[in-house]
Amino acid sequence: MEGLNVPLNHILLVSSLLFAIGMLGLMIRRNIIFILMSLEVMLNSAALAFVAAGAHWGQPDGQVVFMLILTVAAAEVAVGLGLVLQVQKRFKTLDMDHANRMRG
Amino acid sequence: MLEITLFYIAATIALVATVLAMTRANAIHALIYLIVSLLAVAVIFFLIGAPFAAALEIVIYAGAIMVLFVFVIMMLNLGEKGDQQERHWLQPKIWIGPALLVTLLFIELLYVIARVEGPVSVTSVSAKEVGLSLFGPYVLAVEIASMLLLAGLVGSFHLGRRYLDRDGIEKEGEQ
Amino acid sequence: MLELIWLIPLIPLCSSLLLMLTAGRLPRLLIGYLGVGSVGIAALLTLAAGIHFMANPEPFELTLWTWMQVGNFAPGVAFYFDGLTLVMMSVITGVGFLIHLFSTEFMEKDTSYARYFAYLNMFVAAMLILVMADNLLLLYLGWEGVGVCSYLLVGFWFQNSANGQAARKAFIVTRIGDTAMALGLFLLFTELGTLDIQGMVAMANETWQVGDSIPLIACLLLLGGAVGKSAQLPLHTWLPDAMAGPTPVSALIHAATMVTAGVYLIARTHGLFLLAPTAMMVVAIIGIATSLMAAFTALMQSDIKRILAYSTISQIGYMFLALGVGAWTAGIFHLMTHAFFKALLFLGSGAIIHCLHHEHNIFKMGGLRRKMPVTFWSFMIGSAALAALPMTSGFFSKDQILLEAYQLPGMGPWLWLGGLLGALLTAIYSFRLVFVVFFGKANTEPDRDTGWRMAVPLTVLCALSLIGGYFIIPVEAVFPAASGEHPAHWVEYVSISVPLIGLLLAYLIFHSRQLRVDGLVGSRVGQLLRRFWFSGWGIDWLYDRLFVRPYYELSGMLKSEPVDVIYGLIVAINQTLNQWLSEAQTGRMRWYIASMVFGLVVLISLALQISPEVL
Repeated sequence: MEGLNVPLNHILLVSSLLFAIGMLGLMIRRNIIFILMSLEVMLNSAALAFVAAGAHWGQPDGQVVFMLILTVAAAEVAVGLGLVLQVQKRFKTLDMDHANRMRG
Repeated sequence: MLEITLFYIAATIALVATVLAMTRANAIHALIYLIVSLLAVAVIFFLIGAPFAAALEIVIYAGAIMVLFVFVIMMLNLGEKGDQQERHWLQPKIWIGPALLVTLLFIELLYVIARVEGPVSVTSVSAKEVGLSLFGPYVLAVEIASMLLLAGLVGSFHLGRRYLDRDGIEKEGEQ
Repeated sequence: MLELIWLIPLIPLCSSLLLMLTAGRLPRLLIGYLGVGSVGIAALLTLAAGIHFMANPEPFELTLWTWMQVGNFAPGVAFYFDGLTLVMMSVITGVGFLIHLFSTEFMEKDTSYARYFAYLNMFVAAMLILVMADNLLLLYLGWEGVGVCSYLLVGFWFQNSANGQAARKAFIVTRIGDTAMALGLFLLFTELGTLDIQGMVAMANETWQVGDSIPLIACLLLLGGAVGKSAQLPLHTWLPDAMAGPTPVSALIHAATMVTAGVYLIARTHGLFLLAPTAMMVVAIIGIATSLMAAFTALMQSDIKRILAYSTISQIGYMFLALGVGAWTAGIFHLMTHAFFKALLFLGSGAIIHCLHHEHNIFKMGGLRRKMPVTFWSFMIGSAALAALPMTSGFFSKDQILLEAYQLPGMGPWLWLGGLLGALLTAIYSFRLVFVVFFGKANTEPDRDTGWRMAVPLTVLCALSLIGGYFIIPVEAVFPAASGEHPAHWVEYVSISVPLIGLLLAYLIFHSRQLRVDGLVGSRVGQLLRRFWFSGWGIDWLYDRLFVRPYYELSGMLKSEPVDVIYGLIVAINQTLNQWLSEAQTGRMRWYIASMVFGLVVLISLALQISPEVL
């Protein structure tokens, strides 16, 4: 279908905002599940920027990278949620501030 | 014009849903908002001429990955006590510092984005083109991605299996 | 026959090693046999070698093996045997044997009997290596070997910390001279490419002219070593303190042999010194100055061994004087006679100390003439020889030195006058010793007289002190011939009469008391001089102030390691930084993420600052 005349920097603005929100979530949440969700948001925002850039040039590369990001996100979530189970089992909590045994 | 309006609506929904997702105390609520956000992003993909990406976003992101979250949250069975704790953790004194930092970063990004000009696209990029370039110039990246997925599979299986096994042993012990 | 001279140092060395390795588990009798016997065999071998050499007086070289090979530097373990070596070896093994024999009685009650003989035998071996060495490096080995043995024997009774102090002093002070000597060896090697004494002297004569500066420096450096070892000014301060060792040790090491090593060194390298007349002048001046200084000091001492120690310093000063004026033969001759009579005197004093419960103060002795006749007569003869009374051995050698000094053009008569003054003082202090100790009223009763093992060495040394002057030492081939001229007869008469005057003065002052010196001594100036001379001209005090105390203060300062403060600071800074960084390692994931974001913000802003157009 036909593309739109949306200015590219507006999409990038949306993407940066999503990235900033994800990062904020990463910093303020202590629950590991929310941390993983924030990561998803950030990955998603990066994917949005890639796809927009690809669309801007009319090239498929942006979507190729999007698919790579998708695989990264899938793998990360799979391992991350496996870790969530382990954290819950070991610490009986999902608060990552309790998992601070690597304190220097 | 309709499409442009649609884009702004979708963008607004995505941002609002993400903010809500980040601030919910209940994990399932947050997850639902996150799915809404992902769906809105899929709409944006569709609007800027990437229908294949939009489809994948819905099927894999909003579908598969989020369902995985739901499963895990259900397995953990957090309950009301966890929600109260989350609310307690979301006081302004906790998020004000990070918010400032993130604002700074965002301003810097804005400064960079401000120079980008031009519309997004005139023509859409079809799934066929994506497929051709995936298995053309990007075939090595595809192989690496498959290795990554395999590693993720093995890793999550290893972590999750031990959790389940120990659970099973304990249950047997109880019996 | 001469091929076997390597056995001479080897036998005492083996005995020493055996005594060390058995660590005193052998029966005392066997220790005595080993200790004395090994030196006795060495003495017999030396005698045989001497007889052989007399029949065929040719220098003999014996290379055993190459010690080390570094480039073209290949010093061998090689011995050189000529008249000078023979004289030295005879003194070392002969007098050494007598002193060993004496020691068996002197040390019979000591618990460390084996250790004593182990050290003493090792000393004999090292001293033999020193005098037999064909090259200066091997000589240096022996030189340091005797230094070590001297250290060990001075501090033999180490349970008393003062003895350890004395041993350290002896070792450190001689070390200063040894360092100079080592530098001299380096210089000679870099300049001439060899340390082989004979080859080196020959090459030096080819390379340099008389009066060149390099042989002068080399000679002065060697002289530094000689001065340290032979206790001459300004490095003489260790010898009086070295009397802390057992008396036979003082006799062997600090009178007869080791302290004359410096004399031997200069005589052995006289070919070099002849190239540096200035160095020879320095030798002569050091000799006469030391001789007078020590004689004055000896006059004031009350410890019997310190008197003899200063007397030794003074007599070696005479030897240096002889070397300095080119009277090589006379110097070596005096070395030999001095070894006889000074060993005799030391052994005599050892006998007294042994029989008087380790009493050292001569004013607490007295009237020993009848109770210890053997010792009395040995002291009489020894003192006569020391004072150079006519017909004793000391007379011949000292007379020869003074006459040859007189003949030196220029300063000769002044040196001669100084020597005469020294001779007068020598006569006074040596007979003061005799009169105070053996005449007059008895203050301490000896509990015994000497046994045969003490009496025999004393008797033999008495004989040697008397007839030693008639020996002819076979060194004509070694040294350039003396001028052969005789000075005017009055010079000889004066030289002969001065010791007699000294004897007379000593008799009048210390025995018959006809000459009253109390007024002189009691006056202000007299008191000051007395204290000044008693303290050895204040040199010890001076060194203490100049070197020892600043050194102690410096070490005290360095003890707190001031430089370490800087390093400590570095460590402290690092620890603080480390602590800060450790604080950053909170273990909290949110903190890490915030840090990362902060870093990202900073980096991006930096990148925007540097190249905005790229972004």
